[in-house]
Amino acid sequence: MKKYFSEFLKGIIKENPTFVLVLGLCPTLAVSVSVINGIGMGIAATFVLLGSNVIISLIKNIIPARIRIPCFIVVIATFVTITEMTMKAYSPALNRALGIYVPLIVVNCIVLGRAEAYAQKQTVLNSLFDGLGMGVGFTLALILISGIREFLGAGKILGYTLFKGFQPAFVLGMPSGALLVIGLLLGFFNVLKNRKT
Amino acid sequence: MDASQFLTIFISAVFIYNVILSRFLGLCSFVAISKETKPAMAMSLSVMFVTTMSSIITWFIYRFLLIPFGLTYLRTISFILVIATFVQFVEMVIRKISPPLYRFFGIYLPLITVNCAVLGVAVLNVDMFFINGRAVPGSFYYSLFQGICVGLGYALAMLLMSGIRERLDLCNVPKAVKDFPLAFIIASIMSLSFLGFNGFKF
Repeated sequence: MKKYFSEFLKGIIKENPTFVLVLGLCPTLAVSVSVINGIGMGIAATFVLLGSNVIISLIKNIIPARIRIPCFIVVIATFVTITEMTMKAYSPALNRALGIYVPLIVVNCIVLGRAEAYAQKQTVLNSLFDGLGMGVGFTLALILISGIREFLGAGKILGYTLFKGFQPAFVLGMPSGALLVIGLLLGFFNVLKNRKT
Repeated sequence: MDASQFLTIFISAVFIYNVILSRFLGLCSFVAISKETKPAMAMSLSVMFVTTMSSIITWFIYRFLLIPFGLTYLRTISFILVIATFVQFVEMVIRKISPPLYRFFGIYLPLITVNCAVLGVAVLNVDMFFINGRAVPGSFYYSLFQGICVGLGYALAMLLMSGIRERLDLCNVPKAVKDFPLAFIIASIMSLSFLGFNGFKF
């Protein structure tokens, strides 16, 4: 049990997909305008990661090595399509807010990266916890980035105004703000890492 | 179909909604390959080629296969498979024509498959030029043109960035922001300047 727990935990800090592996940044930056979008994207990506990791580790012995990437992509695309249709049916507003970035989960490097680097070599349970951990790590990173951007760019968190007289800097809600926040955060984590060693 | 539509597509795809700086598609390759101008150029050319060709191919698939048979929900799967096949083809061609270039690219060429820009253009074309499952008049030409323009926008951002980063090698930057973080901060400033094109209308 402890082993599975550490599989789960490593995705959150030690191998955080966004800040340590620096994978899958497109959706991270594009949807992080508000926290609610970030959470929605995080849940969608977690579902896809979980599903594709489990299925791929189940069928890893059947797939010929040379055509494994197309096979992985078909599995991932299936889960993305399921997510997209579910989101369209039950939460059309979120689907509109996330726009083309929902079908683009299929080309998110995290998902294919985990399939290639982890799920095709490991047992089903290990892959399940790995997918879950990576998904949660990704969601937390999204919450951090979108929290900073929503607070500084719109003066709100989850749609609630925090301070009355706060004058937000709109630029953080724009694309350039996303790039600035991720750049500074990566730099900040580098400082922490350097201090530790 | 009129000429002003093409102009609008051009301005919005290259400048206003620049594929990298505003839509964030293809960021991985953008920060990874933009250290020198030459590979950046090669990468941009291959992305341009792939976005253009995949716009054409996916338009035909959507118009003549997915819509008539009511299979539009298979959009993501069919598009990504076609793009993956096509990228494999480009890879084989480059390996044949220029082995040094092929060696130089290493991992990044196959990664065009998972370059969001390519799938992004295909999805955008479908979203913009098909209304309620019907192709708008001239949608094929619009899709083709948008494919080219997105490629151009990618090349523009890539060349600007690689030019800046080549010079940056000579500067003394803080250790913590070396490489990735600094690339993002520069991209942020570039994106800010591209914001000036907002509100351009024809």
